[in-house]
Amino acid sequence: MTDTPAYHVPGMVPTGPKLITGRFDQVDGFTYEGYVNTGGYTALRRALTEMTPAQVHDEVRTSEMQGRGGAGFPAGTKWGFLPAGVFPRYLVINGDESEPGTYKDRLLMERDPHQLIEGVLIAAYAIGAAQAFLYVRGEMALAQERLVLALKDAYANNLVGRNILGTDFSVDITLTWGAGAYIVGEETALIESLEGERGMPRLKPPYFPAAKGLYMQPTIVNNVETLANVPWIINHGGQEFHDIGAPTSTGMRIFAVSGHVNSPGVFEVPNGVTTFRMLFEAPEYCGGIRNGSSVKAFIPGGASAMWFFPEHLDMALDKPTVDQAGSMLGSGAIVVMDETTDMVAACWRIVRFFSRESCGKCTPCREGTTWLERILKRILDGHGRPEDLDTLLEVCESISPGIAWPPRQTTICPLGPSAVSPIASAVRKFRHEFEHYVQFGRPIEGVHQHAIHGSVAHV
Amino acid sequence: MSEETSTDLGDLIEDSEPEAETSDVAPEPEPDPGVAVTINGRVHSARPGQLVIDACADAGAFVPHFCYHPRMSPVGMCRQCLVEVDGPRGPMMVVSCMTPVAEGQVVNTATPSVKRAQEGVLELLLANHPLDCPVCDKGGECPLQDQAFSHGPGESRYLEEKRHYEKPIPISDLVYLDRERCILCDRCTRFADEVAGDKLIHFISRGNDTQVMTFPDEPFASYFSGNTVQICPVGALTAKPYRFKARPWDLEQVESTCTTCSVGCRTVIQSSRDELLRYQGVDSEPVNWGWLCDRGRFGFESANSDQRLAVPLIQTDAGLEATSWSAAMSTATELFTEALNRSGPSGIAILGGARGTNEDAFAWARLADRLGVTRRDPQLADGLAAQILNRPRATIAEAAHAKTVILLGPDLKEELPVLFLRIRDAAEKRRSRILEFSPMETGMTRYAWRSERYEPGFAATAVRSSLADPEIASQIAAGDVVVVVGRQNLAESDAVTLAALDAIIAAAPAAKVLPVLRRGNVMGALQMGLAPRSAESEASQILHAAADGHIDLLVLLGADPLADCPDAELARRALAGARRVISVDTFLTSSTAHADLVLPAAAYGEKAGTTTNLEGRITPVTAKVTVHGTARPDWMVAVDLAARLDQDLGFNDLAGITAEIAATVEGCEELEALSAGRATGTGRDGILVSVVVPEISRASTEVTERISYDYRLVVSRKLYDNATNTQMAPSLAPLAPGPCITVNPMDLTRIGAEEGTQVKVIGARSATVLTLAASTAVPRGLAWVPFNQPGGAISEVIDLDTTVTDVRIERL
Ligand SMILES: Cc1cc2nc3c(=O)[nH]c(=O)nc-3n(C[C@H](O)[C@H](O)[C@H](O)COP(=O)(O)O)c2cc1C
Ligand code: SF4
Ligand code: SF4
Ligand code: SF4
Ligand code: FES
Repeated sequence: MTDTPAYHVPGMVPTGPKLITGRFDQVDGFTYEGYVNTGGYTALRRALTEMTPAQVHDEVRTSEMQGRGGAGFPAGTKWGFLPAGVFPRYLVINGDESEPGTYKDRLLMERDPHQLIEGVLIAAYAIGAAQAFLYVRGEMALAQERLVLALKDAYANNLVGRNILGTDFSVDITLTWGAGAYIVGEETALIESLEGERGMPRLKPPYFPAAKGLYMQPTIVNNVETLANVPWIINHGGQEFHDIGAPTSTGMRIFAVSGHVNSPGVFEVPNGVTTFRMLFEAPEYCGGIRNGSSVKAFIPGGASAMWFFPEHLDMALDKPTVDQAGSMLGSGAIVVMDETTDMVAACWRIVRFFSRESCGKCTPCREGTTWLERILKRILDGHGRPEDLDTLLEVCESISPGIAWPPRQTTICPLGPSAVSPIASAVRKFRHEFEHYVQFGRPIEGVHQHAIHGSVAHV
Repeated sequence: MSEETSTDLGDLIEDSEPEAETSDVAPEPEPDPGVAVTINGRVHSARPGQLVIDACADAGAFVPHFCYHPRMSPVGMCRQCLVEVDGPRGPMMVVSCMTPVAEGQVVNTATPSVKRAQEGVLELLLANHPLDCPVCDKGGECPLQDQAFSHGPGESRYLEEKRHYEKPIPISDLVYLDRERCILCDRCTRFADEVAGDKLIHFISRGNDTQVMTFPDEPFASYFSGNTVQICPVGALTAKPYRFKARPWDLEQVESTCTTCSVGCRTVIQSSRDELLRYQGVDSEPVNWGWLCDRGRFGFESANSDQRLAVPLIQTDAGLEATSWSAAMSTATELFTEALNRSGPSGIAILGGARGTNEDAFAWARLADRLGVTRRDPQLADGLAAQILNRPRATIAEAAHAKTVILLGPDLKEELPVLFLRIRDAAEKRRSRILEFSPMETGMTRYAWRSERYEPGFAATAVRSSLADPEIASQIAAGDVVVVVGRQNLAESDAVTLAALDAIIAAAPAAKVLPVLRRGNVMGALQMGLAPRSAESEASQILHAAADGHIDLLVLLGADPLADCPDAELARRALAGARRVISVDTFLTSSTAHADLVLPAAAYGEKAGTTTNLEGRITPVTAKVTVHGTARPDWMVAVDLAARLDQDLGFNDLAGITAEIAATVEGCEELEALSAGRATGTGRDGILVSVVVPEISRASTEVTERISYDYRLVVSRKLYDNATNTQMAPSLAPLAPGPCITVNPMDLTRIGAEEGTQVKVIGARSATVLTLAASTAVPRGLAWVPFNQPGGAISEVIDLDTTVTDVRIERL
């Protein structure tokens, strides 16, 4: 390969190769033929016939690819946590993507299902799993349909199942649909759901999935996007992947941008070097804020992240940088709010999501998120009281002691603290908007009340 | 009020931590080296593997908690038990109920941040709580109330509308659920799933709408449902028999033992205004782990029944009429004297005694000795032979830790419910493999490693051929075998059971035996001297002798042969043939109605003494309320009678009996100390004695092959039946399933009748009409009928003198 691939020039809007979105615009990209004609399944063949599982694992380790599901843990390192010699072990693919604003995995499954399947097969080979479970969010009908078709073709072509491509490697992939619960995206809840139980997270510790996961056997849970990158890594080598983006955030990464930008969508951008401003403003990406307005706040990494404000716009989309600034890139969902946004209402919408999606297993989240939601709703409805703001923060404190970042939690899983992020962000930065609501029962001048109190607000 | 001192035993019931042992370790753990943990600045030695929450409790630092229960696996759901543990990155907030102790661990339970977190969780738990404490049964003994007081923020800032649900809804015949009060701690649901194996309640909906619920059209019909009420940390679950009966601060309580069956679970008896109101389980490590079955828990209702016998009754031309104790005792004396004069002591027989205390049995046995009466048997031809009882006996703990548990007995879930829980636990936790021999499926079948079917009469053959299976043979050869043995089928001779046990012992000579006995104190009655010593003393021979007119006086000590003897015809002839009958009982039963003299007996809860469970474990039973009417404990009748008959028993009160037992019965030397501590629970784990019973030889069995159009009968007991103390307990009476005959669905066409229709069941001797049912639990060719159900009389077709019972089933 080339010596130093320079996919971006400092100061310019960086671009890069399409590692995993290359077939998004290809009409037949989701079919077996469409995939094979564009180089599909070569990585699998190479891995199975030319490489040992350890070599495959090494390439992924070299790539330093961070998991794309939220926590950003390097995939190669995670695979290394499997206890030696314990079988059966399972590979579980997390396709439950349900966080508001996140829709990258859906597109990966709808438009390039074979790429995911190939990634799954290679990963299973690397970790020694003979069974993989692909768990797809229940509402994603098209993704399910295309995965079924793709998996059928893959089986028919001896790419999945027994003695794949004539080698002695065998693995089965089982497709499973969710039943409409965001929390099942949390890996241990997903495992519970796979086992046929209610989708409620398990407490970690004592057991982490890599040691005791599905059916108490060693289990690797990876996000769809994470595994979709694996074929490219095998084809081009971990080092070439590592050379893209920043050393602290390697490769290309998909961000799903929504909100008040001119052209929302998913963008595969060089990881770690692109800035938020470039992403929002560059014509090849979102093309600016709508109506020529400016950014009031934005959520850098999914609804559970702390909010960012205009002062963060020139920050690079780099995991350690964003972490240090007190938020996260999480699931890669960026929500942009312009100057007309009612912060109290925005905050309520997100808190409502988490309170509805709380699984109910632990007290602080079950009771706390609902309480928060009700206070916010009451404020929006014009019945706020001055002490409400303190109560909001006190309840937040009961869920997430210190209201710090990264959050500490009294809960079992991070969903509870997720509801704290919007409140902590909005109340700290826009306290006057809350106070205005409490005093006058309506938002401050210049923000759109109707967008929230209209039909959307009460669905 | 009662002769015992009531003590405050609150902490005995609620969550007292099991001693030393957890469910996964062997009965006798090695002495532990101890793990050094610093709790709130003081070094404490914890047990290896112990959870921080328990170590803190041992160290005197109570950690508030709701979902944690020491007898169930921790789930970490309520988050109330947060404490700080020093970790590599400074103090970490962890749930103490899921964190094991570690050497050098530093735990803090009361730092400002821990206090803040605990207050926060409590405030959140109370946010949607209805706070209807004034009308809540739990108020006053409620962990939520108590811990809100001790660890809560003091005031709530919650102004929003609370959750609303219909209050309360019945989820079974015995239990009500108030979802508004529920704090979703998962204790009841976990109990149902993990402990009872009756996964009939579960969470439904999500988040703030999460509720405990049954499945549609399936009530929480578990034999163990009362335990969920006891362990619910709020008033969300209430038991029908106790609802609105008392406030906890009005209750007085003493510790005792349940004598409803021979497991002998430890309980507290609670009463108010001299009325028994509630039984709660007490955690006895060797026996019941805090659990009770619903029959044992709610059966006390019968003691409060207004149909209890309050005065002696004497037979007149107009039937039984009330009389005074002095008149009754004179009559009793006359009946004894007359019988002795007519044909000497051999004309007198005593049946029963297995429902009383050891002291009752001892006094009657001593009286019988003095009079020379040898015909006595506490079992009613429905029990076990001495050859089985005398085998090296296993304890419950040994059975629940054995490598192999062989079940050669009736359905434990129906007969000895809490033993079922212990053995099920052993199977579920993979400590033991269960090898079941049974004519049909039982409640244990789904937990069994192997469940082998056999046709009644051929148990020994089935055992021998199973034991020849290499896999089974090697399992048995590994040793550590406990055989739980009882009468699987009352329509089959006990010789069959004996032969099958012999076949097992031949393969596993070191196996220990745990006998399945239905009545509470069979062991005690046998040991205290009521055991038959010769063939003619056995119940079946006593009944035959009575039927043949050789018995002048038949004394029934809480025995109801008409209902309980498997052969109803023989019992009926015996009661008619006995010249005179004296019955000592709590109720007028079908048998007492035939008596010449009926003496009202004190019930459990009204009398003190000791009882011996199936292991041979003697524990104290305690009186809590005044006896009903003028009823007396059985021993008192014996003492009075002895005086009138000029016999010196060597004692004349309870203390005297206890002293005499301690002095004369082997293994009972500590009985007085045990009895002295009865009310305070110091005798909770009791003393183990080895009961040795005279062996009487059994004729070998002759079993004929079943004729192809016949059905071979399996008759076994259900937990709820026509027993008086079930039928007189209003909450339990409706739970008896009623009589029906169940065959394999494939046999329905052969019978030519549908499920639910009435069929004629024709035996060699007589016939009866029953409702037909079908289930795959019953193999083809067999027919199962529950024993002693209200409205049914399967005992009419059973002949004690035949080995097995075959019937024809015909449509009406
Ligand atoms: C509340 C919650 C929801 C989550 N939802 C998702 C999800 O929808 N998809 C996903 O891939 N990971 C989700 N995660 C992260 C997973 O738990 C897990 O970390 C991830 O699937 C691991 O994959 P990766 O290592 O490839 O990123 C969620 C985590 C939490 C706490
Ligand atoms: S934090 Fe919320 S979602 Fe997570 S386990 Fe607790 S109740 Fe369930
Ligand atoms: S009913 Fe009681 S025991 Fe059951 S979950 Fe609710 S609070 Fe816990
Ligand atoms: S199992 Fe037996 S001793 Fe225990 S509570 Fe039930 S009836 Fe009483
Ligand atoms: S007692 Fe530990 S979380 Fe409930």
